[in-house]
Amino acid sequence: MEPLYSRRQALQSTVTGISWLAFAALATREARAAKGLAPKPPHFAPRAKRVIMLTMPGGPSHVDTFDYKPQLQKDDGKPGKYGQFRGAKLMGSPFEFRQHGESGLWISELFPNVASMADDLCLLRSMHTDVPDHTRAQLQMHTGKSQFQRPSLGVWSLYGLGSESENLPGYVWLDPGKGNNQILGNSFLPPENRGTGIGVAKGDASAGGGAGGPGGMKRKGRRENLQTPTSGVKNIANAEGLDRERQRMQLDFIQSLNREKLSREIHQPGVEGVIESFELAFRMQDAVPDVVDLGRESEETKRLYGIGESATDEFGRKCLMARRFAEAGVRFIELGHSPGWDTHGDLRNKLAENCGATDKPIAGLLQDLKRRDMLQDTLVIWSGEFGRTPHGQGGDGRDHNAKGYSSWMAGGGVKGGFSYGATDEYGYEAVENKMHIHDWHATILHLLGLDHEKLTYRYAGRDFRLTDVYGHVAQDILA
Amino acid sequence: MKRKQRDRSQFRRAICTIGILIHAGTAFGQNTVSPSQAKFFEEKIEPILMDSCYECHSRESGQNKGGLVLDSRVGLRQGGNTGPGIVPHQLEESWLWLAVSRTEPDYEMPPKVSLPDEVIEDFRTWIEMGAPDPRTGEADVTTEIDVEAGKEFWSFRTPRRQEPPPVTDSAWSTTSIDRFVHAKREEEGLEPVAPASADAILRRLCYDLIGLPPTIEFAERFREAWQENSRNAIESTVDRLLASKQFGERWGRHWLDVARYAESNGKGANQTYTNAWRYRDYVIDSMNEDKPIDRFILEQLAGDLLPAPSEKQWQEQAIATGFLALGPKNLRERNSRQFTMDMVDEQIDATSTAFLGLTVSCARCHDHKTDPIPTQDYYALAGIFLSSQTHYGTDGIGGRYNQGDLIELPLPDEMEKTYSDEEIAGMELELAAVRGQLRDHAAAKRKMMQAEPGSSENQQRSSAKKIRARESQLVETLESLAGSGEVKAYAMGMSDKKEVADTTILVRGEVDSPAQVVARGFLQVLDHSAVPIANDASGRLEMARWIASNRNPLTARVYVNRVWEKLMGQGLVASVDNFGTTGRPPTHPELLDHLAIQFMESGWSLKNLVRSIVVTRTYLAGSEFHSGNYAQDPDNKFLWRAAPRRLDAESFRDSILATTQQLRFDRPFRSPVAEHSMVELGRKGSPNVHFQFPPYRSVYLPPVRDAMPELIELFDGADPELVTGSREESNGADQSLFLLNSPFVVEQSRHFAERLEAHSSRIDEQVRHAFLCAFGRAPTGIEYDSAIRFHRDFTGSDRGADREFLTLLCQGLFCSAEFRFLP
Repeated sequence: MEPLYSRRQALQSTVTGISWLAFAALATREARAAKGLAPKPPHFAPRAKRVIMLTMPGGPSHVDTFDYKPQLQKDDGKPGKYGQFRGAKLMGSPFEFRQHGESGLWISELFPNVASMADDLCLLRSMHTDVPDHTRAQLQMHTGKSQFQRPSLGVWSLYGLGSESENLPGYVWLDPGKGNNQILGNSFLPPENRGTGIGVAKGDASAGGGAGGPGGMKRKGRRENLQTPTSGVKNIANAEGLDRERQRMQLDFIQSLNREKLSREIHQPGVEGVIESFELAFRMQDAVPDVVDLGRESEETKRLYGIGESATDEFGRKCLMARRFAEAGVRFIELGHSPGWDTHGDLRNKLAENCGATDKPIAGLLQDLKRRDMLQDTLVIWSGEFGRTPHGQGGDGRDHNAKGYSSWMAGGGVKGGFSYGATDEYGYEAVENKMHIHDWHATILHLLGLDHEKLTYRYAGRDFRLTDVYGHVAQDILA
Repeated sequence: MKRKQRDRSQFRRAICTIGILIHAGTAFGQNTVSPSQAKFFEEKIEPILMDSCYECHSRESGQNKGGLVLDSRVGLRQGGNTGPGIVPHQLEESWLWLAVSRTEPDYEMPPKVSLPDEVIEDFRTWIEMGAPDPRTGEADVTTEIDVEAGKEFWSFRTPRRQEPPPVTDSAWSTTSIDRFVHAKREEEGLEPVAPASADAILRRLCYDLIGLPPTIEFAERFREAWQENSRNAIESTVDRLLASKQFGERWGRHWLDVARYAESNGKGANQTYTNAWRYRDYVIDSMNEDKPIDRFILEQLAGDLLPAPSEKQWQEQAIATGFLALGPKNLRERNSRQFTMDMVDEQIDATSTAFLGLTVSCARCHDHKTDPIPTQDYYALAGIFLSSQTHYGTDGIGGRYNQGDLIELPLPDEMEKTYSDEEIAGMELELAAVRGQLRDHAAAKRKMMQAEPGSSENQQRSSAKKIRARESQLVETLESLAGSGEVKAYAMGMSDKKEVADTTILVRGEVDSPAQVVARGFLQVLDHSAVPIANDASGRLEMARWIASNRNPLTARVYVNRVWEKLMGQGLVASVDNFGTTGRPPTHPELLDHLAIQFMESGWSLKNLVRSIVVTRTYLAGSEFHSGNYAQDPDNKFLWRAAPRRLDAESFRDSILATTQQLRFDRPFRSPVAEHSMVELGRKGSPNVHFQFPPYRSVYLPPVRDAMPELIELFDGADPELVTGSREESNGADQSLFLLNSPFVVEQSRHFAERLEAHSSRIDEQVRHAFLCAFGRAPTGIEYDSAIRFHRDFTGSDRGADREFLTLLCQGLFCSAEFRFLP
């Protein structure tokens, strides 16, 4: 059943005659409940309450990081055996692997700090996906489909579980970069489930649409120091310092126009989306600056994440912000490090550089979550959209490889110090306990307490789900 | 006819031409080596290469310093960044000889110790005997694709002429398009909704054709005409809009999306394309002239090679080839051959996607996985682009590598300043003075270093920097002047190389793994018997003729589908950039063919095509909701209603500026990017090209890769990394924050408020006028009441609308869904 009408009616319910304060309360709690963003019970007891997904776009090389292949080292320089790449020369990893922790997981020297957390990691060494093309594989990694726009894992999680936070989006992507709107978008799911990109880079906020520049208007109740805690989140504060009470009046006016339009046009997902996004934007103005303000963190914590060191500062800030968003009740937090993983050439340097920029921040995040007792119900996921070939490309590079690669999880109900599945002796292809993207999605939803076969939405006469008609939960990795 | 290429090296640094391309030709094909020659190579040459060179230059070692690998015959001949390793019989042309004989300073090899004299003599003997090299390269690449079978796929077959089907509802049979649509809709059992209102139709026409809302006066006249005869009102309005110059700005922007138009290269070292704007203007003008689209395609691919009766026309055609030059490029790529192959790949990708709806570049490393495009076809096209020179005009990161020159145009810009003799003399004098100052500076610095070694005076350095900047500015201006004091004009674009050649397949796309040579040519799956490539031609003109042809089954279909998508909300083929087997099948295949055939027969006229679509009942239908239809076809694939529209980024900004009456309708000369000489963006001190852009139409906002104008990026403007036939539609909180808080929206709201104050001093009239200006209609009762309630809450009384309230009211209208989502 489509929840279209009840939702629409909730959005249209004009609150004539009551003060903006009363409306604001409504707009947050009661209206949220009516709209379906309030927390919803999972299908069964969850192992994880939230997800922090570390996306590594470009396709990190698994055979140089988390998939140790002694045979590849031995056969370095020999011709490979793989489909159309037959004859290309195998390239042993230039990086050294060693065993770590009590579990003895093999991890390469590129991730010394992450490796120190080996006993918390659950390596997934039998990942595979359908297309070795970046854009489409990234789409599939998020939505299960490489060809069409469908709701993504984060959007489905929100649809299934609602949001814990009243003033923040339920699905936040820090610095999503270009071209990811289709992943953040709600597609056919109700618009309140869409993800929100939050730019955290030190951008130039003045690079507007032109004909900008400050106006000369004076407004009452101007707040001081508006720009201080924004940390590069654009437009989070009003250019003229309009106070919140007046802005709420203005927003009530806007929303009354929107609601009337919606009642005229009956079904307009775009208008519903506008109504939702203004409410969220209004609330975010107070909540976001606090969350992204790292000034409240101790020096020791910042050091843990590598903040202040030139190589790790940028990603360290993002990781620390991710923890703060998690604490603030955000359900699904995504952040990435890009570009640079697409190592067709100059692999020795580029891979070392990328791992160097992320190793300490990731390990810091895991440690910090652990000592705050948050790792047990926070699922941390690390993955690219595919891996790379065991044979070399141009002497010091590797090509895309969708048939076998590695990702890992930590916390949130997965076994620590565990390795699941395997590729063949060189790392070309997943052969044991194969984990397709659909299986990966099914498992993640399971950890969140959702049955991927029951999480459906009726659209165009059929029930859609994230995993289409596929997907098996990898029971073996559950703690 | 003049055809000069500008050589920036005159005033910058040495140009690094990409020499290998000329030599990367047929010479690699044959390999006849006698047994004694083979013996000579194997005993005298190969061991030396192995021992002394492979460490830094072989696939084995994984090192290709200077872009050079020596462990294959092809690698050795191609050479590296500086030029060919070996030119048989020609010592002085062979860099290997120059290196080992140590005749070229800075290129002495091996780096530390010279080879023994007798070995050097062996190299001489060997090169003079023709450098026989018995090594075989990679095995020939074969294909497993059955191209003949691939020809059966619908999009590779010629469009078929079909009679529009008879329909039962005769009211719907006004046009052929309607009959095709109606028949399909009946088949699906869907009910068409009622026609749209006069107001909705006018707004829709104005936005779709010129990207702007109708003015209040224009709307009044339309309503009057509609009362008399609605059909005539529509037709005369359509003609008027098609004839206005805003049409080209609207439809030019659509094409610029496809052309991945941008004014910098993006990627590594993001340098500005200071002449890209000429291509932008060319596109807009072509749309306004209704240049036949087949001609438009020809010019963009090979305008430089087409006959031209005048300098002016040659100039226009040369500018058109900017299409091929302005793609994204990674200027930091140090291997020049890799850089060239990546550039060619981008050109193949843009050409095949934009015009044919095919992703040919998938075949770079292996046969196309899903379409019948063998890797041979890719390198057949690559040979064409490798036989052409791309003029992209960036300075090569301080002249070190990947430098691009420009085409010098025969005519100066009319709006450009002409320097008088006095001014020129003045600049020359100043230059001499500046250079004197620099010499003094250098002397002073030397003195200081001697007195106090290690010290560096910051102030001194920064003033020296300023003087040097002035020097290069002066030099650049003087260099750019023609004899008569006019500033020479340059363009990005293409030319043919003097020497053209076929190229080799690269195994797995690796530049140092060449296999067999393939002849320059096109895709085998599409007929191209009519355009053979002459031996001495690059093949680019022939390729252009093959694409822009009535016989090509894809070109017209792909183009009409793009136009349909812009007018109807989605393409008949929903994947507008992919007509291959992974694309979506057409919802109305007969209609698509009908449109393509009509289009070609009407001389490829965009305006005729647009006109034929916008007068249909399908286009003029309402957009109202229908629950029965929705349950069955929520995506409106079968066109039971008009798609509800939302303004794209450009129309949104332009509408705001039109509402506030700030919009400038003239065209800016050049672009803010061209106000500075070529610079690398994103570095300390780089100019902010978006800063205070005057309120021209948004098509003129400079799209700079990786630093797009904020509004364009937030509201789903096209990402110029890729061909973008169809834009995303997002609806995020970041957009709402921009509307609520950004300086741009706040400032424009203030201008809007001023307009209202000028209209009346009474709040009720101001409110009514505000809705009329923003929405093109009076407020509904509820809207009016909401505004009045807002006023009462805000000011605490019913009297005296102060400026602050009006500004917030106006901003509220810009924020409203009604402003962006057309009914």
